Amino acid sequence: MLIAGVDVGSTQTKAIILNENAEIMARGIVNTGANVVKAAEKAFNEARKSAKLEEWDVAYTVGTGYGRYKVLFGDMQITEISCHARGANFLFPKTRTILDIGGQDTKGIHINEKGEVVDFCMNDKCAAGTGRFLAAAAEVMGISLDDLGDVALRSSNALRITNVCTVFVETEIMNHLSKGKKGEDILAGVHQSIAARSVSLVRRVGIDPEITFTGGVSKNKGMVRALEEKLGMPINVNEDSQFIGALGAALFALERAKARHDGEAVTAKEEARP
Amino acid sequence: MRSEETEYNEGPIMSEDKFKYQGAGREYQKQLLTAWYERLQSAKDDGRKVAYLFVPGNIAEFLRVFDFELVFPEVNALQCGVRKTSGDLILKAEDVGYSPDVCGYVKNDIGMMLAGNISPSGTQLPKPDLLLCTYCGCTTFIKWFEALAHYYDVPLVMLDVPYLRSDTIEEEDRQYIVSQLKELAVICEKITGKKYDHGKLVEITRHSAEAEDLWVQILHSAKHKPSPFDSYFEAVFFMAPIYVLRGLPECTDYYRRALLEIQERIEHGIGPIPEEKFRVVIEGPPPWPHFRSFWELLKKWGVCAVASSYSKVGGFWDHGFRHDPTRPLESIADYCLTCYTNLNLPMRTELLHSYAEEYSADAIVIHSVKSCRSFSVGQADMREQFIRKWDIPTLLIESDLADPRYFQVAQLRNRIDAFFESLEHKRLVSV
Repeated sequence: MLIAGVDVGSTQTKAIILNENAEIMARGIVNTGANVVKAAEKAFNEARKSAKLEEWDVAYTVGTGYGRYKVLFGDMQITEISCHARGANFLFPKTRTILDIGGQDTKGIHINEKGEVVDFCMNDKCAAGTGRFLAAAAEVMGISLDDLGDVALRSSNALRITNVCTVFVETEIMNHLSKGKKGEDILAGVHQSIAARSVSLVRRVGIDPEITFTGGVSKNKGMVRALEEKLGMPINVNEDSQFIGALGAALFALERAKARHDGEAVTAKEEARP
Repeated sequence: MRSEETEYNEGPIMSEDKFKYQGAGREYQKQLLTAWYERLQSAKDDGRKVAYLFVPGNIAEFLRVFDFELVFPEVNALQCGVRKTSGDLILKAEDVGYSPDVCGYVKNDIGMMLAGNISPSGTQLPKPDLLLCTYCGCTTFIKWFEALAHYYDVPLVMLDVPYLRSDTIEEEDRQYIVSQLKELAVICEKITGKKYDHGKLVEITRHSAEAEDLWVQILHSAKHKPSPFDSYFEAVFFMAPIYVLRGLPECTDYYRRALLEIQERIEHGIGPIPEEKFRVVIEGPPPWPHFRSFWELLKKWGVCAVASSYSKVGGFWDHGFRHDPTRPLESIADYCLTCYTNLNLPMRTELLHSYAEEYSADAIVIHSVKSCRSFSVGQADMREQFIRKWDIPTLLIESDLADPRYFQVAQLRNRIDAFFESLEHKRLVSV
């Protein structure tokens, strides 16, 4: 039996396919773009193709992320908050706190030992402290997003970035550049600025170790270091951290598919909801 | 698969012939409000005087002694919100210089005035003869009426209501307000040419107390499981008469009929949603321009609001207070002092906690209003207390009460879904 989780985020769409032993069989990732329905299909198909399998009998699919209702082939929708909790618990069972930094969202999630959400907190109305803030910095400095963290790690004298606005931070960076400041020092400052904002957000739900870092920005090594320095403790990062939402969705799908297989009434409860 | 948009369902599920009173509360309320706006339209022709005042701690009974017609700018603003005209009116106010951060109600009202003061129901609103700022705990109220006083060039009177410092009312605070009412009587006599009549005030407060008794029975009905009544999404309609018509016989008549509707629901075990799954207490005013969408976001999860603070902004009758014909002025003073935004933060927090217990709520939902400091200050701390001190799951979401620009459906849906998803999951695994 194969099951899938598709996480349609604001910037990227991720898909994970699991087998019935909860082993990851395939991954797919595409830019979300304007056509959300297509993005979900594309990520799913990419996962299919990467495993070089032509025909799949996916028993159950759960959609998550902002575009979860646009996963038209999905059987159920679950928010990415629950899915990140589930996925983080799966990869790092001792996780109690999750910091998820995505394209436009930063979330702090407090979970219990079973991977259930106890409390969560998100950025409101403002993209400062999210992946978008990094993208704005990368753009103005002419560096690719993938290299951003490595460049920042070279700095020994991080500058203080005071702007809290994703749009106006560009002006601040330009100002530093015009004064001849080093790019790595500016970027180190940008990373520290995001780390400070994210940590204060996650403090609202309480910081209990272990902390697991998820979302697209978790691939950025400079961000991982800035966060560890700010928190004063190590954080869990997995090579699949970016896929944790999709993984959590797939784990929920597996649970449902098994329940359905065993004839339990879980799906009836789902269908009862309008 | 669950669909994203569900059909809007106005009231309880019912079959036609079994019920005599269903829909009566909403329907009669609509008639009364329409008649009220029409009466306001003809006020000047008939030589009736008009007072503008605010809902919290309003002294409607006192003004009715002088036969003032009453206009509540907040009620107009919320009606504009529901009718989705507030966005344009707010922009009109911003055009003349009001900042995006100013209260949405204020800008809605200023915009409405600049556009000819046409009421949300399409009737002409009369110019005020008296502006009475009945509650000064909200500094925005003061500035709001100062602006109106400037535009209309009419007298503005401030009623100075001391902040409630503990859960007992100080006699000196009470007498301080009574003494102001006596001063106000002289001003009202001058404007209307009518003498203060204590006997008339006794009669008016008697009507108020009767209506308050009936309204409390409706509010308390939400203790039933399932609740026959939504104390937030339905209460906003049911509470209108006690705000704008309190002290008049038709107000009492309204609550008599509305109560029949609720009693009938209890009898048949029906309520505002097909199946009650979660009982919540809601704090904060609704996002009026997106009222239905907001309701739908919660209905999808089988949420019924069994108690709310917003249904009490016009008074806390459910904890025993009544306007008192034997001591009308003093009871009006008590009413002013105990309005919700005049309570200190620990009192507000404890009140919501007590609602959660009395009404067997599963959770508390805080709808924080960006442009209302009176309501929003301290809500994050309240949430902390509910979660950490009392272990009550609490959701805090934010938009605005009048400005449609602050309602982000995708973000709200995400928070609401995640919150009830985790409550549902906990329930499933604990069974």
